Amino acid sequence: MLAASCCDRRMCVCPGPRRIAIPVRSSRLPLLSDAMPAPAHLFPLIRSCEISRIGSTACYCHHKHLCCLSSHFAHSHFRYAPQKKFAALYRPKEHFNHFIHTRDYASTPQRFYLTPSQVNSILKANEYSFKVPEFDGKNVSSVLGFDSNQLPANAPIEDRRSAATCLQTRGMLLGVFDGHAGCACAQAVSERLFYYIAVSLLPHETLLEIENAVESGRALLPILQWHKHPNDYFSKEASKLYFNSLRTYWQELIDLNSGETTDVREALINAFKRLDNDISLEAQVGDPNSFLNYLVLRVAFSGATACVAHVDGIDLHIANTGDSRAMLGVQEEDGSWSAVSLSYDHNAQNEREVERVKMEHPKSEEKSLVKQDRLLGLLMPFRAFGDVKFKWSIELQKRVVESGPDQLNDNEYTKFIPPNYYTPPYLTAEPEVIHHRLRPQDKFLVLATDGLWETMHRQDVARIVGEYLTGVHHQQPIAVGGYKVTLGQMHGLLTERRARISSVFEDQNAATHLIRHAVGNNEFGTVDHERLSKMLSLPEELARMYRDDITIIVVQFNSRVIGAYQNEEL
Amino acid sequence: MFLRLLSDIQWRAAHPRWRRMTGSQRSTSTTAEPHPVSLPAQAQVVICGGGIMGTSVAYHLSKMGLKDIVLLEQGRLAAGTTRFCAGIVSTARPVSVELKMAHYSNKLYQQLQQETGVQTGYMKTGSISLAQTQDRLISLKRIASSLNVMGIPCEIISPKEVLKLHPLINIHDLVGAMYVPEDALVSSANVSLALATAASRNGVQIHERTCVSHVTIQKGRVTGVETDRGRIQCDYFVNCAGQWAYELGHSGEEPVHIPLHACEHFYLLTHPLKDPLSSSLPTIVDPDGRIYIRNWQGGILSGGFEKNPKPLFTEGRNQLEIQNLQEDWDHFGPLLGALLRRMPGLEALQIMQLVNCPESFTPDMRCIMGESPTARGYFVLAGMNSGGISYGGGAGKYLAEWIVNGYPSENVWPLDLKRFGTLQSSRTFLRHRVMEVMPLMCDLKVPRWDFQTGRQLRTSPLYDRLDAQGARWMEKHGFERVKYFVPPGSDLLDLDHSKTFYKPDWFDIVGSEVKCCKEAVSVIDMSSFTKFEISSTGDQALESLQYLCSNDLDVPVGHVVHTGMLNEKGGYENDCSIARLSKRSFFMISPTDQQVHCWTWLKNHLPDDSNLVLEDVTWKYTALNLIGPRAVDVLSELSYAPMTAEHFPSLFCKEMSVGYANGIRVMSITHTGEPGFVLYIPIEYALHVYNEVMNMGQKYGIRNAGYYALRSLRIEKFFAFWGQDLDAFTTPMECGREFQVKLDKGLEFLGQEALWEQKQNGVYKRFTMFILEDHDTDLDLWPWWGEPIFRNGRYVGKTTSSAYSYTLERHVCLGFVHHFDEKTGEELVVTTDFINQGEYEIDIAGQRFQAKAKLYPFSSLFTQRRRKDEVELSGYQRE
Repeated sequence: MLAASCCDRRMCVCPGPRRIAIPVRSSRLPLLSDAMPAPAHLFPLIRSCEISRIGSTACYCHHKHLCCLSSHFAHSHFRYAPQKKFAALYRPKEHFNHFIHTRDYASTPQRFYLTPSQVNSILKANEYSFKVPEFDGKNVSSVLGFDSNQLPANAPIEDRRSAATCLQTRGMLLGVFDGHAGCACAQAVSERLFYYIAVSLLPHETLLEIENAVESGRALLPILQWHKHPNDYFSKEASKLYFNSLRTYWQELIDLNSGETTDVREALINAFKRLDNDISLEAQVGDPNSFLNYLVLRVAFSGATACVAHVDGIDLHIANTGDSRAMLGVQEEDGSWSAVSLSYDHNAQNEREVERVKMEHPKSEEKSLVKQDRLLGLLMPFRAFGDVKFKWSIELQKRVVESGPDQLNDNEYTKFIPPNYYTPPYLTAEPEVIHHRLRPQDKFLVLATDGLWETMHRQDVARIVGEYLTGVHHQQPIAVGGYKVTLGQMHGLLTERRARISSVFEDQNAATHLIRHAVGNNEFGTVDHERLSKMLSLPEELARMYRDDITIIVVQFNSRVIGAYQNEEL
Repeated sequence: MFLRLLSDIQWRAAHPRWRRMTGSQRSTSTTAEPHPVSLPAQAQVVICGGGIMGTSVAYHLSKMGLKDIVLLEQGRLAAGTTRFCAGIVSTARPVSVELKMAHYSNKLYQQLQQETGVQTGYMKTGSISLAQTQDRLISLKRIASSLNVMGIPCEIISPKEVLKLHPLINIHDLVGAMYVPEDALVSSANVSLALATAASRNGVQIHERTCVSHVTIQKGRVTGVETDRGRIQCDYFVNCAGQWAYELGHSGEEPVHIPLHACEHFYLLTHPLKDPLSSSLPTIVDPDGRIYIRNWQGGILSGGFEKNPKPLFTEGRNQLEIQNLQEDWDHFGPLLGALLRRMPGLEALQIMQLVNCPESFTPDMRCIMGESPTARGYFVLAGMNSGGISYGGGAGKYLAEWIVNGYPSENVWPLDLKRFGTLQSSRTFLRHRVMEVMPLMCDLKVPRWDFQTGRQLRTSPLYDRLDAQGARWMEKHGFERVKYFVPPGSDLLDLDHSKTFYKPDWFDIVGSEVKCCKEAVSVIDMSSFTKFEISSTGDQALESLQYLCSNDLDVPVGHVVHTGMLNEKGGYENDCSIARLSKRSFFMISPTDQQVHCWTWLKNHLPDDSNLVLEDVTWKYTALNLIGPRAVDVLSELSYAPMTAEHFPSLFCKEMSVGYANGIRVMSITHTGEPGFVLYIPIEYALHVYNEVMNMGQKYGIRNAGYYALRSLRIEKFFAFWGQDLDAFTTPMECGREFQVKLDKGLEFLGQEALWEQKQNGVYKRFTMFILEDHDTDLDLWPWWGEPIFRNGRYVGKTTSSAYSYTLERHVCLGFVHHFDEKTGEELVVTTDFINQGEYEIDIAGQRFQAKAKLYPFSSLFTQRRRKDEVELSGYQRE
C-alpha cells in the first residue's frame, strides 16, 4: 500500500540511479518561487526538519525500498528527522544554499491564481457547524454550538476531529487529533477515544445495564451522539474488534466498582491510557483476519496526539496529549479579546516535559533522550497514542514485525529501531488534564492542531475569532453626533471597517474564517487573496512544505446560561 | 437643527390664516388637537400632499382659474422628502418631456420670489456633469444636443475648463464635461412654501395636519375624500403623497395602483471651508463616481446613488418617521470615497451631518402622472426618482392642464400612469426593481437597455423552447420578448461589455434573421401584443368602433383593418389592427403597452350597454408571426388549404386548422410589410403548432427571429409604431396615413373634425424617413432616437426611432419635420415640397450626418428582389 502510494507521485524516480537534485531543480523549484515571491516569507515557514526532508527525499529515491521509506518521510513523517546514518549522506546546508540560488534564477512564465470562489470552495469543503438544539426556544446548554473545519496539507490528511454529545451522562466531547507516520492511529483514536471517555464517566448501574443488554442481545443504550462531517468516516471492518476491546474495558470497570462518583479528570486520564493500551495489545495479539491484522499494526506503528475538551455546564476539562492546543477566548470588559491557554504542549519547548522525560530514564541517557528538539532525535511530540516503536521493547518490536504481514516486514521504517533505545517506554499517552470553570466572559474555546499554532499567535486567534463571532452582529453604526470629524478621517475609518467586514462575511464558519487567516494573512495581519490563492494551489507534494494539516474546532459558549449557573452557585 | 438652515419658516407669520402649530414634533395622530379652521364639506379638487408636487399642482390649478381647491397635508407643508432634498434644479435629462418640465421649473422658480415675496434661495449656479469615460462623454453630448435645440445654453467643455469653473476639482481622470450655465440651486422647502403662498392667495385652502384615510369612488368616479377631520366631497382628487402614494392608492375599496417604492438616499453636509465656498459655484455631477456636489453655506452638500440601495417602507408605513431615519456611514463609504477622489482638498473639511432622505423610485425611472385607469377624476403625481425639484414646476403645470383641459399641452405618455398596470404593483417586484433603478440614475444609459430585475413575469408558453434555442430576452409591460437568437457556438459579450453607443455585437445575428425573413421564412413569437374582443348582440359593437376608429370597419367578415383610434384633436390614442370575426364581433390587436391605456380609452368611450361586451383576451392567445415569402408554403402544407393571394388575400382573417389544432386565427398581416401571417393560437395548442411549424418549415429554411429583426424590417418600411413614433399629438395626416382615414365613411367619428381641418389647411409636422448618407455603420455612433434633425442647417425636429436597414445597408431614422418660421419661430404648414427641397442632417451626439429625406418607403427597391406573385402581398399595407 505504501509502495503504491509512493509510486503514484511525480517526484518518485525509482528506476535507475538518477540524482534527485536534477528533477527537484527543474520541476519543483520554479513552482516554489512562483508560489512565494518573497524569500522572507518562505524560510520561517520551512522548519529545519522540513528542509532536511527535502534532502532526505533527494537522497533515498534511487532505491525502491528506500524510495518507499523516503516518500513515507516526505509525505507522512515530517515529525521524524532523518536518521544519523542517512543524514551523513547529505549536507543540508549545501542543499539549502543551492535552493536559494536556484530560486533566484528560476523563471516563472506561468501564474495560476484561484478565483475567490474557488478559494472558498476549497476552504469550505470540510467545514461543519453544529448548533445545540433549543427547547422551548431556549438553549439551556452552556454550549451554543461549534464550528469545525480542516484543511489538508498532507495527502491524505493526517488530522482527525471528533465531536459528540454524551447521552448517558451530561456533557459534550470535542477533540482534534494530529496523526504522524500515517493517519491510521489518528483515525482509530478519533473513532474510539470518546467511547472510552464516555464509558469511564458512566455510573455503575448504567454500565451494568449496558453489559446486560449486550449479554442478552438487546438493543444497546446509545452512549454518544456524533456530530460528524460527511468526510469524517468510521471504519466498518474494525468496529467489532474495537467494540470487544471496549466491552472488556467496561467489564473491568464493573468488576472494579468502587462505588464512588466518577471524577472527570480521572475518567479522562483512564480513558486515554486504556485506549493506548488496547491499541498496543491489539497489535501484539494480532487478528486472524489479515486486513484487520495489518490495520491494527498500522495503528500501533503510527502515532497521534489528542486534545479533547469535555464541557458539562460550567465545568470545562481539557485533556491533552501531544502538541495540539486548547485556548479559551475571553472578552475583557472593554470589549477587547484575550487568550487563555488551557493546555501545555508536550514537546521540547516545554521544559517541564523535558524534565519529566529525563526523570523517567537513567541519567546515562540524558544526552540522547532529547536531540534536535525531538524525542530520541526523532519524534516531536513527547506524548502520543500509538508509536509503539517508542513504547515496546526491542524484542517485542522484532517479534511483532517478523510475525507480521509481509507489507510490514518490507517496510524499512517499522523495522528500524530508534537509536539509543535502552529503557522503553519512552512515550506515553497519558494526558495532562486542566479543569476550568467557565465564566460569562469566556466566549469560546478553540481546539486546534499545531498547523494553526505554527502560523498564528493565540492572541491573534482570540481576536480574529472573537471579532468574527461578535463583530459580525454587533458592529456599531458610526454616528458623528457632536464630534469633530473630517471627511478624510471618516473615509479612513470606513475603509478599515469595510476591509474587516468583507473578510468576515465570506465565512459562515468561525473555523473556516480562522483557516483563511492562518493561510492567507499577510504581514499586516489581513487576508491577502493572492497569497491565499497561491497557498491553496500548491501541488500536493509541495503543500506540506508551506503548511501543516490544520484542524480547528471553535466552541461557542452560552454566556447567559453560564451566568445563570454562576448566580445559582452564589 | 439643520432643517432650519435649509428652510426658513418665518414666512408663516405673514399668513395668519394658516394655523401655526406650537408643538415642534410632527405627528400624524392629530385628531385630539383643536383645528381652528374646519374642513369644507365640498370642493372641486382635493390635493393630498403638501410637498413640492402638491403645492405645484395647487399653484397651477389656481392660476388656471379653478377656485374651489383644497390641499391636505398630513404633517406640515414641505416636511417630507421635499424638505430634505438637495435642491438642485437640473435640466440635463435624457427624456424629452422631462427636460421640458425641468426647463419650465427652472423658469418658474426664478421668478417665484418676485411673484410671492417668499425667499426661495434661487441661485443660478450652473451645473457641470463630468465624464470619466468616452462613453459617458457621448451620453453627455447627446443630452447637450437636445438641450441646445431647446434653446437651453449648454456646452461640452474640456477638463481644463472645468478647473476654471470649479477650482477644487481633480480633473486627472476626466475626458470632458457638460456645462449647463442656467441650472440653479433652490431651497426646495421654500419653493414649495412659495408655491403654497401663491396658491393660497389665489383661493386654495390649505389644511395641515389633516390625514387622508381614503378616497371614495363610486361607479368608477371619485366622489369624495375621507380624512381624519371629516369628509370632503369632490370631483377630482390628486394623489401627491410622494412615497406614500402607493399606500394611499391602496387604502380605498377600489385600489389605484401607483407603482413606486422608496429607497434611502444619503447626502452629506459639511461645515464651511476655511475660505467658504462661493454660493455661485456650479453644482458638480459626477455620474461615474455616482455623486453630486453642490455648495452649501460655504461648505458642501454631496450625495449620490449607490450601487446597493436600501429600499424601505416595503411593508408600508411603520413607526419610523422620516426625520428619525438613521445615518449609515458604512453605506455612504463608497460615495465618500468618490467625493474625496473628486475633491481631494476636502479631506480636512469637517462633517456636519449625514442626512438620510428617502426618495421614491418607479419601475422605469420615469415619474408617474395622470389619471387612474380605474377611477375617473383620480389623478396622481408622484414617483419623482429624486428629480422632484427639477420636475416640480413642469409636472404640476402638466397635471393641472390635464385636469382642466382633459390633456396636457405636451405628450406625456412616457410618464402616464397608464403605462403601468396592476402587474407592476407587486411590492416584491417594486422592491427588487427600485434596487436596480436607483443605481441606474448614475449608470450609463445606452441604447437598448433592458432591466434585469422583476423579469419573467409574463411569458409565452413557448418561453422555455425559445430560451433553449438561444433566445435573448427583453421585457415590455412585464412580458418577455425575444430580441434575437444567439446561434449555438457563438459567443456574445456579456451584458456589461455589450453596452455601447456604436455597432452592437448582435449586428450580424440580426442581419441573418432579417435575411431569413426576406428570403425564406422566420417565426417571431408576438404573444405580448394586447388583444381585445368586442362583441355585441346587435350592431352596437360596429357602431361604437365606427365612432372610435378613423378607418371604415364596416367591411366583410374576415377582413382586417388597420386603423387609428383618435382623440378629438385627431391624435392617435391607439393604433391597432381590427379583424371582423363576425357581423357582431371584432378582434383588436394593439401594441403591448396599450393594455391599460386602450382598455381605459375604450371603457370611457363605449356606451354603457350590457349588450356590448369588451374582453381582454391577451392571455388566451399565443401569437406566432410567420414572416417571409415561404410562409405561404409552410402554412398551406400544415393546413391542406391553399394560402396564396388568390385564396387568402392580404389583410384577411380566417379560423382554420394548423397541424392537429383547430380554431387557429390566421391573419395575413405581419406588422413588418413583409409577406406572411400571424397565427393567433389558443395557448394550449401553442407548443403543438410551434413544433409543427418548425418541423414543416425546415425544408423552407425556417428559423426563429426576434424583435430586433422585426424592428429593422418595419423601420426600413417606414412603419410607425404607437408609443415610439405615434402619440396623442400626432394625426394620421401627419404621418402619411390618410389612407387609413375614411373621412367620408358617412358616420361621425372621433377626431373627424380635426382631420378635416388638417386636410384643408395642411399639417404642421410631417413624419419623414431619413436615410443616413455618410454614416459608417462600423465606426460611427449609431442613431437611437431623439436625435435633432437639421434642415438646411436649421433645427426642424427630432427622430423618434431608428434602425439599420440590412436591405438598404444604411441606417434609417424616422422622425417629424416641423417648419419653424425663421424670424418668429412660429410653426408653419409643412408641405411635401418643403420636405423634398431641403438638405438634411441628423445630429448624433454632436456629430452631424447627411441624410436623405423620404416621405414614402422604397417599395420599388424591395420589389425588385422579389418574385412577381409576392409583390401584391407586400403592397397591402398601403392598399
